Amino acid sequence: MRNVILFIGRYLTFFTFLFLQIVSLWFLFSFNKFHQALFLQSANEITGGINKEYKKLENFFLQGEENRRLHLMNDSLLNLLSHQITLPDTTRQLVTDTLVIDSSRQYRRYYFRPASVVYNSTNSEKNYIQLDRGSIHGIAENMAVLNADGSAVGIVVQVSPRFSQVMSLLHVRQKINVALQLTGDFGTLEWDGKDPGLLLLKGLPKSVLVKLGDPVVVSRYSFNFPPDYPVGTVAEIINDKGTNFYLLKVKPAARFNRLQHVSVVENLQYAEQATLDREARKKIDDTKRSGQ
Amino acid sequence: MREIIRNLLRLALFVFIEVYLLQQMPHLHRFISPSLYFLFLLWLPFSISPRNLLWIGLITGLVIDYFLQSPGLHASACLWLCLFRPFTIGILAPRVNSEFNYREPSPQSLLWAPYLVYIFLLTLVHHTWLVFLEWLSFGSFSDFLIKIVASTAISILLIIPIELLFPRNLSSRSNAGR
Repeated sequence: MRNVILFIGRYLTFFTFLFLQIVSLWFLFSFNKFHQALFLQSANEITGGINKEYKKLENFFLQGEENRRLHLMNDSLLNLLSHQITLPDTTRQLVTDTLVIDSSRQYRRYYFRPASVVYNSTNSEKNYIQLDRGSIHGIAENMAVLNADGSAVGIVVQVSPRFSQVMSLLHVRQKINVALQLTGDFGTLEWDGKDPGLLLLKGLPKSVLVKLGDPVVVSRYSFNFPPDYPVGTVAEIINDKGTNFYLLKVKPAARFNRLQHVSVVENLQYAEQATLDREARKKIDDTKRSGQ
Repeated sequence: MREIIRNLLRLALFVFIEVYLLQQMPHLHRFISPSLYFLFLLWLPFSISPRNLLWIGLITGLVIDYFLQSPGLHASACLWLCLFRPFTIGILAPRVNSEFNYREPSPQSLLWAPYLVYIFLLTLVHHTWLVFLEWLSFGSFSDFLIKIVASTAISILLIIPIELLFPRNLSSRSNAGR
């Protein structure tokens, strides 16, 4: 026993090293597994405060470009106002109401909340963005994030009371459902961690006609994102002989190292859609299993 | 006391440079990711015991990790650096004699050639482990090797001008009582 204690005492530095190394690796790997770690929540509150102050300074120098983006967005919204459109003749209109259900009643599907970016990176293979809005402002996980000009940026993966963490499109685990604007055919958008200026679009069948410069938008099948918001443009078409699918390189519409003000978009039916999807899969998988 | 405040300010400065400058500017190439903050650990005084050095390394790494949202990644690499630091100094420092009374490693205290070897070895250890952990979850083996070499080279390219531009005013202990 005495020898054991002497042995440990002699190599105490090395054992301290082993212990601390295990602690830090445990932090690292438990985080990677679940995308989130409890300790990041408290850390977000501290580093978030510092990041916010720094971003205030940086934003001062970038106001011009941000104003231009907002102006473009406002212009496009003004064009959608109903009083910009007149009907040629509204006096003679035959209306036969045959519907039992009042189809003019609308319900809201998406809710936009403004937020500012306080920390952002594009250099890593796993890039996250930090926003200055958190759970007390109504932000929750799985909400989509759009840039000031409407282009897709990422998905919220973790919230603390006052800050939230967004997994950027520049993250090797990010997968979102996108479509070609012209034809509506959809595929999956991923990133290979190499060039932050090029995303990958996979799963688009070769029967679709694709040209360089074709706009890519968020697919209407996405649970998180509202449909038809721009994602990017086709920059390179790789014709893989081995499969029936294209591999497209997409130039992102959002400039990820210039993010300032973003919108966090809540799909008000997200919970219902996600639950239905999960339940349906479970049901089918279970009957298959019991049938065998 | 003065020593502690000096090093805390230095840590704050290095964290600021790392988080808001080196990580914010667009990289030259995906293989080249400069990093400087570990210079704080390389500049710590000789007098710190190896065990305390490990704790300081862990804390430094975690501070960086908190900002870069990668808990444990830099902390783990810093621990390796801190484990090897005493050995490297032991090998490279001039044999104990009455003349040697500098506070911390620098080109003046270790002389240029041994100091460069010191910087090179520990930077290599730090980057190898950092890139290795990234490679475990993602990437190919050739990428892994190229990235170690490129990142180490760019970091050393940054460190040498810093040493030349900001020579630390190292009053040796024997002059302290002037």
